[in-house]
Amino acid sequence: MSAPRPYTLIAEVTHRCPLACPYCSNPLELVHDELSTAAWERVLEDAEELGVVQVHFTGGEPLARRDLEALVGKAHALGVYTNLVTSGIGATRERLAALRDAGVDHVQVSIQSARAERADAIADYQGHARKLEVIRWVRELGLPLTLNCVLHAGNLDEPANEIDELVALAEQTGADRLELANTQYVAWALANREALLPTREQLEAAAERATHHKQRLAGRIDVLFVKPDYFGTTPKACMDGWARRFIHVGPDGRVFPCHAASTITTLSFESVTDRPLAQIWHNSPALEAFRGELWMPEPCASCERKDVDFGGCRCQAFALTGDAGATDPACERSPHHHVIDEARLSRGRSARGLLRRGRSSARSREAR
Amino acid sequence: MKPKLAAKVRLKHDRHDDQWLLLYPERGQVLNATAAAIAQRLDGTRTVAAIAEELAREHGAPVAEVEADVAALVEQLAAKGLLA
Ligand code: SF4
Ligand code: SF4
Repeated sequence: MSAPRPYTLIAEVTHRCPLACPYCSNPLELVHDELSTAAWERVLEDAEELGVVQVHFTGGEPLARRDLEALVGKAHALGVYTNLVTSGIGATRERLAALRDAGVDHVQVSIQSARAERADAIADYQGHARKLEVIRWVRELGLPLTLNCVLHAGNLDEPANEIDELVALAEQTGADRLELANTQYVAWALANREALLPTREQLEAAAERATHHKQRLAGRIDVLFVKPDYFGTTPKACMDGWARRFIHVGPDGRVFPCHAASTITTLSFESVTDRPLAQIWHNSPALEAFRGELWMPEPCASCERKDVDFGGCRCQAFALTGDAGATDPACERSPHHHVIDEARLSRGRSARGLLRRGRSSARSREAR
Repeated sequence: MKPKLAAKVRLKHDRHDDQWLLLYPERGQVLNATAAAIAQRLDGTRTVAAIAEELAREHGAPVAEVEADVAALVEQLAAKGLLA
């Protein structure tokens, strides 16, 4: 089939990051090779040519790349809306000013919690105070701001989950948006699932507070509550469909449909160091694999929701069933749905500590 | 009130499908020709009535009708937090 037009490029420019969030979306095997400035500029040009109108500079920590200003400038010159997705660590006021002047349209800063001590414990890094400073600079420089916080058992605890505090922080800091994103259980989050899974009651309490604030702040702050995957009856419309609207390019130039797809070891993803982005987008076998509907098994093939959720997440299907072409087990119609029920029951059972990237545990040593 | 697009919003002509897009953090929406003509004028220097008059004159359309379009778009954008 002919490839659809992509609208968004996710430029994962590096996997380097000083933090070690236990739900990090980077792969367990972090990539150390990085494209040159010129190669990234070519990616931006080719993506725009394919139809891309938004780019997200993300990582790792994108500020770890010294040429970020140049890449932002390139995207801006191409007329592409430019989002910077950062932990804030590594930012200085001067650098943020330079990025603004280079054409950044919007900055998203992630925090780990509304509470300083807890935030530093979650990230395993003393960074919360610095983040608050960075957030202030972003606003002083007149840059639109999104605050992002990933939600899990560590900040959805009772009696008072952190939603009210996170919203208060968004209001105080003058954020335009607040993204309350429930953990998606792929990559590191899957490895730490037993410790991160909240209870259904915790989620419902959080959703109730988020809805309350969303209505209260309508038109002023956009409050987004990204639903969790293990508590519903149908899966999410992952990436709006495989290799359909989003192009994800990793640090080494490999082209994916999303940030987690490198976990699907049965597919081999091509790199822009081997052939141009447009060719890869149009006919790379890995991107063609799950485009459209022809690949779908039952129960998806005859389901009325197949053009709504596209059969769910391929990475989750692979991680939980070993078959990337299976119906997402998050769907209650999946023959594998019991693994989701079992996972929920395993909540809190882990005997070991959290696995963290770049920190000394057997797994992260292996991942280095 | 002189409506103005928020700082985070970019109005962009899309060379691929020859249409106007309103881009904002992680999102975008396609504007039809009328909405695009209105959005181009949401710069904080003119009232809804003034925009309507200008467009009505340019297109030879009844002012009341155009003004309803302008007011509806302004309301829709404000609800999404896309106005300053
Ligand atoms: S999730 Fe945490 S560790 Fe991973 S890149 Fe973001 S800030 Fe760094
Ligand atoms: S059966 Fe497939 S298409 Fe239907 S809701 Fe479940 S995942 Fe979606």
